[in-house]
Amino acid sequence: MHRIVILGGGKGGTLAANRLRKAYGLNEASVTVVDQDDQHIYQPGLLFVPFGLTHSEDIVRPRGRQLHRGIDYRTSAIIHVDLAGQSVQLADGSELSYDVLVVATGAVLAPDETEGLTGPGWMEKVFTFYTPEGAAALEEALAVFDGGRLVVNVVEMPIKCPVAPLEFCFLADWYFHERGIRDRVELTFVTPLDAAFTKPVAANHLGGLLEQRGIELVTEFNTGEVDGTGGRLVSFDGREVPFDLAVVIPLHNGASYVARSEGLGDALGFVVTDTHTLQAAVAPNVFALGDAASLPVSKAGSVTHFEGEVLVENIRRFLDGEPLDASYDGHANCFIKTGFSKAMLIDFNYDVEPLPGHYPGLVGLPLLKESHLNHLGKLMFQWLYWHSLLPGRDIPGISSAMPLGGKLQALESNVKERVS
Amino acid sequence: MTIDTIAGVQIESDEEGFLVDPTQWNDEVAVEIARREGIDPLTDRHWQVIRFMRSEYETKGTGPTVRALGKTSGVSIKELYQLFPKGPAKLAAKIAGIPKPRGCI
Ligand SMILES: Cc1cc2nc3c(=O)[nH]c(=O)nc-3n(C[C@H](O)[C@H](O)[C@H](O)COP(=O)(O)OP(=O)(O)OC[C@H]3O[C@@H](n4cnc5c(N)ncnc54)[C@H](O)[C@@H]3O)c2cc1C
Repeated sequence: MHRIVILGGGKGGTLAANRLRKAYGLNEASVTVVDQDDQHIYQPGLLFVPFGLTHSEDIVRPRGRQLHRGIDYRTSAIIHVDLAGQSVQLADGSELSYDVLVVATGAVLAPDETEGLTGPGWMEKVFTFYTPEGAAALEEALAVFDGGRLVVNVVEMPIKCPVAPLEFCFLADWYFHERGIRDRVELTFVTPLDAAFTKPVAANHLGGLLEQRGIELVTEFNTGEVDGTGGRLVSFDGREVPFDLAVVIPLHNGASYVARSEGLGDALGFVVTDTHTLQAAVAPNVFALGDAASLPVSKAGSVTHFEGEVLVENIRRFLDGEPLDASYDGHANCFIKTGFSKAMLIDFNYDVEPLPGHYPGLVGLPLLKESHLNHLGKLMFQWLYWHSLLPGRDIPGISSAMPLGGKLQALESNVKERVS
Repeated sequence: MTIDTIAGVQIESDEEGFLVDPTQWNDEVAVEIARREGIDPLTDRHWQVIRFMRSEYETKGTGPTVRALGKTSGVSIKELYQLFPKGPAKLAAKIAGIPKPRGCI
């Protein structure tokens, strides 16, 4: 009987557990999932909370209910992994022994690491929408904001869903238009990158959209301090950006127990992981997926989803003593909400830049172009998340390997079918 | 791609000025690249960061990001910006003769 222990019951942990449960009979393997709380948040929904388009309680569900029967679910914080002894220490005092360990504890926000960020003004004129509390507080602040300088600032990469801050800008533009006060609001996007986004082709498109919407772009700004009282972002090289309201995406680290478990994490607490097999460098029976891994890919749900297939196959191979040849190619895709009922879709992997064209085949969603269809895609995604992605199903036509060939399978019709 | 004589050696660098072949690097090359980037002279604190970058690159295949440097090099992020203004990770990598840090996506 194989003992499989999965740390983290978010997007990645849940889909991996459900897929593994399906792959092994109850007498072949036990599957245990540990998470510190029982609130599974649909994180992409956090983007919509500040604009009153959804509410925190609507994007949260109990974790246990997302897990298939036969999966043991524990609620406790994880304290430490004893890699030599193959066991995990939990805060409730118990210990779990494993034959295979999957690390899926995602990324943790570290607002305290930026000078002043959680000081005076935090949650009054300085907010983040990356937490449910932050997103809800920001909704109230935006509702009474009747003009002035609103800045959106990414402190430093990596962050979850690198396009979310840009989407926030587009939605803010839309929101203030709807309220009839757009001309009284100065919108500024402040990034440490040298362009609007990491991937050059997409950066050009997104940069163009910012300009079109009258959103100012400040690049190569490495925030050293957030001065809530004075209303200023100050960079390490002494530049300043003034604000009346700041929306800040704080630094991200891996879960702290990763850093405490000798050899498991890198300097930021992300698990050092083989880019193709998803096996951890520290031990052959440890794997990582999702935001917890230190792969050179976006920290995104789509990435986590595509990794899931490879992870489960390689765990099976590892347990059977076979070479790990399932390979993840860095496939990521992303709907970008651009406001006014529009969105665009970008799709890329380790080697291939976001391509202009359609996804996944010729009649799929138009890539790198705003369209109403993509808007539908983004909204329908929440439905797919709970009903298809977490249970560990494949989306027909979308597999982990990035489709370059133009398969004649349209996400569009798939989504419509499932929703109607 | 440009080929240039730096400290008496024919050295190839990419469009952004990063060495194509990190094995061509030595202390004199570092001093010369730094000078061209407006850092003159290189102090002990600069060297601490440069040597750290080299060893990280040799063990991990890529240079560290600014945050990782701040946590592990023994030099704070604030001081890194004083030593290597604008982009410490990029500039220190250039002077250390290693490729541009992959950074984050
Ligand atoms: C605002 C926002 C918008 C986003 N939009 C998109 C989008 O449009 N598209 C997209 O693809 N992705 C998006 N993402 C990213 C997506 O949500 C994540 O990439 C995805 O959830 C990663 O899954 P994961 O399993 O790695 O981590 P998570 O889903 O975050 O799960 C990690 C779990 O580990 C648990 N945990 C952490 N530490 C401990 C500990 N010490 N002990 C016990 N449990 C612990 C946490 O409670 C959590 O449940 C967005 C994220 C945010 C914040």
